Amino acid sequence: MLQRREVVSKLNHHRGDALMVTGLGSSSYDLHAAGDDNRNFYLWGAMGGAAMTGLGVAMAQPDKQVIVLTGDGEMLMGIGALATIGVQQPNNLSVIVLDNGHYGETGMQASHTQFGVDLPGIASASGLPVAMSVTNEAELDRLIEAITAQQQGKGGAIFASVKVEAASPERSLPIVDGVEIKNRFRRTLGLQPL
Amino acid sequence: MSQVTAPKSSPKNSPKNNPKNNWGADLFALLKRHEVSFLPFVPDAGHADLIALAQADNDMQPVVLTTEEEGVALASGHWLGGKKSVLLMQSSGVGNTVNMLSMLSNCRFPFVTLVTMRGEFGEFNSWQVPMGRATADVLSAMGLSVHIVTEEDKLIKTIDAALYAAYSSDQQVAVLLSQQLVGRKEW
Repeated sequence: MLQRREVVSKLNHHRGDALMVTGLGSSSYDLHAAGDDNRNFYLWGAMGGAAMTGLGVAMAQPDKQVIVLTGDGEMLMGIGALATIGVQQPNNLSVIVLDNGHYGETGMQASHTQFGVDLPGIASASGLPVAMSVTNEAELDRLIEAITAQQQGKGGAIFASVKVEAASPERSLPIVDGVEIKNRFRRTLGLQPL
Repeated sequence: MSQVTAPKSSPKNSPKNNPKNNWGADLFALLKRHEVSFLPFVPDAGHADLIALAQADNDMQPVVLTTEEEGVALASGHWLGGKKSVLLMQSSGVGNTVNMLSMLSNCRFPFVTLVTMRGEFGEFNSWQVPMGRATADVLSAMGLSVHIVTEEDKLIKTIDAALYAAYSSDQQVAVLLSQQLVGRKEW
């Protein structure tokens, strides 16, 4: 089974110039462990808001690629976001769910995806042109190919559910100060604080 | 029909039983002056004119949401990308946003929302009353400045101030548009 840290490390390695937004909890720790970067916007709260934060960036910066990295619980809490993304059809946004079937931060309670709720199915039915389930290295490579193709202007919004083992690697904590996370992210786009 | 006569420029697709207002075009012009081109919204009758104007304008991006908290995250992300937003919602929707509003204070995102009120003045539907009564308190408790507009001649001035405060000094401001202003829904 795929390991979340290895998946995120590989995605980060192939990110190119992409801006990244992470959902609270393990997704933020995973990306931080892969390498802190001013182009990462780590959420520490606001559960359910990762995909919409990413859409907001993507629509403000249509020439930049934006990758949202979040967990199944976080995605489920803001599941309507997929419908909103389906309406907007951003061709520079990827939403990647690290699906371990559990609420890892709170004691590994089972999430809906363990009971058959099909996140790529919801994304596809919401109109996202690329919606895939990733369960092995070969499929992970296909996801990376899709992200690379999107960067070259081929294909629209991407959704992927990457099935990962329900493990809790050691936490790798990014800074908590939201103002600093905001300002350093914006500076990478040449935007100064007010 | 409501007590306010519909202007000729009103959108044809407004539901018949929704109150019309005369300030949609002025508000639209104000948003343009402030270079706001991104309008996440959950529809409300009181915002119908503004939404229709935005939908008819190629330079505006009205974004329909499934629920209001999406708009808080969307506006935050849009500012991360360097662009201004105004979130349009109804008072009932404020209840949906509460935890997402924590983004605004944590990251000090500039933020403006225009909230059309229900359950506040001459309300027919009692189910609107609890959230209408709580709206200003909930927003204040989450750290937003709240301005309540009850008269049309204060509307543009207040929203102008809200936009200026938000986008010149990272403030979070909610402008509540009273039912005294938007008119009550006729049944």
